[in-house]
Amino acid sequence: MVASRYTVEEQRQAIWVYLEQTSGELERISLELLSKGRQLADRAGWPLAGLICGHQVRPLAQQALAHGADEVWLADHLLLADFAVETFAQATFAALMQGRPSVFLVGGTPNGRDLAGRLAVRLRTGLNADCTNLRLDPRTGILTSEITGFGGGVLALLEMPNHRPQMATVRPGVFAPADADPGRTGRVIELPLDLSPEILRTGRVKRVVGRGVDLTQASVLVCGGRGVAGDFDMLERLARLLGGEVGATRPPADEGHVERERQVGQTGVVCRPKLAFACGISGASHFVVGIQEADTVVAINTDPEAPIFEFSDYCIVGDASRVVPALVRALQERRGTTHD
Amino acid sequence: MTDLHIVVCMKVVPKTEEVRVNPETRRLIRAGARSEINPPDMNALEMALGLKDRHGGRVSILSMGPPTFEPYLRVGLAMGADHVYLLSDPQFGGADTLATTYTLARGIQRMDGADLILCGEESSDGATGQVPPGLAEWLDLPQLTLVTDVTIDAVARRVCGRREIRGGYELLAAPMPAVVSARTACNEPRFMDYRIKRRAFEEGQVTVWRAEDLAADETMIGARGSPTIVSGLDEARVRERRREFLRGTPEEIAQDLLARLGLLD
Ligand SMILES: Cc1cc2nc3c(=O)[nH]c(=O)nc-3n(C[C@H](O)[C@H](O)[C@H](O)COP(=O)(O)OP(=O)(O)OC[C@H]3O[C@@H](n4cnc5c(N)ncnc54)[C@H](O)[C@@H]3O)c2cc1C
Ligand SMILES: Nc1ncnc2c1ncn2[C@@H]1O[C@H](COP(=O)(O)O)[C@@H](O)[C@H]1O
Repeated sequence: MVASRYTVEEQRQAIWVYLEQTSGELERISLELLSKGRQLADRAGWPLAGLICGHQVRPLAQQALAHGADEVWLADHLLLADFAVETFAQATFAALMQGRPSVFLVGGTPNGRDLAGRLAVRLRTGLNADCTNLRLDPRTGILTSEITGFGGGVLALLEMPNHRPQMATVRPGVFAPADADPGRTGRVIELPLDLSPEILRTGRVKRVVGRGVDLTQASVLVCGGRGVAGDFDMLERLARLLGGEVGATRPPADEGHVERERQVGQTGVVCRPKLAFACGISGASHFVVGIQEADTVVAINTDPEAPIFEFSDYCIVGDASRVVPALVRALQERRGTTHD
Repeated sequence: MTDLHIVVCMKVVPKTEEVRVNPETRRLIRAGARSEINPPDMNALEMALGLKDRHGGRVSILSMGPPTFEPYLRVGLAMGADHVYLLSDPQFGGADTLATTYTLARGIQRMDGADLILCGEESSDGATGQVPPGLAEWLDLPQLTLVTDVTIDAVARRVCGRREIRGGYELLAAPMPAVVSARTACNEPRFMDYRIKRRAFEEGQVTVWRAEDLAADETMIGARGSPTIVSGLDEARVRERRREFLRGTPEEIAQDLLARLGLLD
């Protein structure tokens, strides 16, 4: 069998998490991974390290320590100022070969997935993608990754007993971040790096970014599916009255009724709001996994047999184009407002 | 650049809607589930055919899987692809991402490379999206992932892709050859061309390669070359919900619901 670049015997008993950052700030996914990593590390009695790649990122080390890391490894280089898979893969590979951690976790963001996919091959190891939970056996040091299979009803448990590092990616929103403890201290290790611009092949020609939405932060989520027939304005009104955000299933996102970043579910965002509405949504498990951590779910569907009702607290058999406006009116009356 | 060669990686998967779970054993009931081409791979194929329409050249379909994939892949020929390469050998079975990407990379090397390698965003039965970057790593090529639109500059031999990012998009460029993954639903795959359908199914170009044809290292293919093992199947935790049905007119339901949610206080 193909051998990984370092073996089980050569590993160090440590958990590493890749800490994604953008313009000098740790992404929320990084805090989520630190929180889960801390739990795994405590149970196993292993140290938790965070790896940060970027330029002038030293100020982020303290934040990583406060969020649970025992050690922070810094790959700081001018060529890492902007994400490019070639330079980031090289820096991360160098760090891993030096630290030889048993476990390496990466956020399942577009850049995280680009990086993890290349690294797993470079390291000749396995990669469990989009895990919904992770467990570490303190005795054997084996990481078990839970992956939801087809239809979401099945959890497959994956392991890689003979290869290191044990790599996994986790989508944003799957784990909750922990509160910071500003008093925590730890070691900061600067990695000597030898990067040359020749390895860079992919270049960014242009970038256009507006205000992005982050559904993982919403406390109320009003989701619409194919059954709302593209009428997201009505959902927007309800969301605004409740201080929430609009989400969608995949078909409306595919059809361009909402931005892609509002797609909820397995290949969209996994959310943990207090309250989620599912309007005109059948309840495919690909969607349901995105709201299963909600405290309360309300479903509105014309079909009394729709599977979504199995996953809801309050079930309304009815036409969303009548029920949603009724909710909007009731809320407006209650608040004594007559405008939008 | 009429000798442009585009390889599209395609996979055949059971139709998601038709795969059921046995409520007692929590095992997949695949029996009776029909198969289809992994839908995102149709977007990759459409992207490739669009480039062929504009720049000429040829499109090859590359797939690793059992011989049962063949009739599905011929649909790609009927849509306008030129050749199907099916990597099929019992030894390839049980492959995880490492072994799959190794095998696909050997296949591409066996066909003397390509100018562009297109993949879907993810496979509906694997849903990992890790094949495109893994393939790029084996072949030491640049990668542009999750692109919604791709253009090539035939003279400068560069590929440019538009990639959606949070709150906007970016345009990325790389020298060819390169690996590109197409964002799901980024285009409308064309229909089969009925004038060439019969030919595609009866005498279409299908090449089947086995492990020995690829000169593949046996320790790196199939289950043997896969670090990952499935250690078990478990019940998905389903959170218990109240499942209370509210009845009445829309107005009555609205009042009732908001009261229960404590939103009328
Ligand atoms: C690999 C893969 C990944 C996927 N990832 C995701 C994902 O991340 N997120 C996601 O959402 N989907 C995802 N999907 C798609 C998913 O399987 C379903 O197809 C999708 O969630 C269905 O969306 P829907 O409920 O809006 O549409 P439908 O299933 O068509 O349901 C529409 C519902 O609206 C109801 N309805 C109709 N009219 C009205 C009305 N006037 N008022 C109220 N109700 C009405 C109908 O009774 C029906 O139940 C994925 C699929 C695959 C294969
Ligand atoms: N067995 C396979 N044969 C050909 N292409 C594949 C295979 N598995 C994955 N791919 C390609 O890789 C993409 C991503 O798949 P995955 O990484 O499995 O989610 C798919 O959309 C296909 O284009």
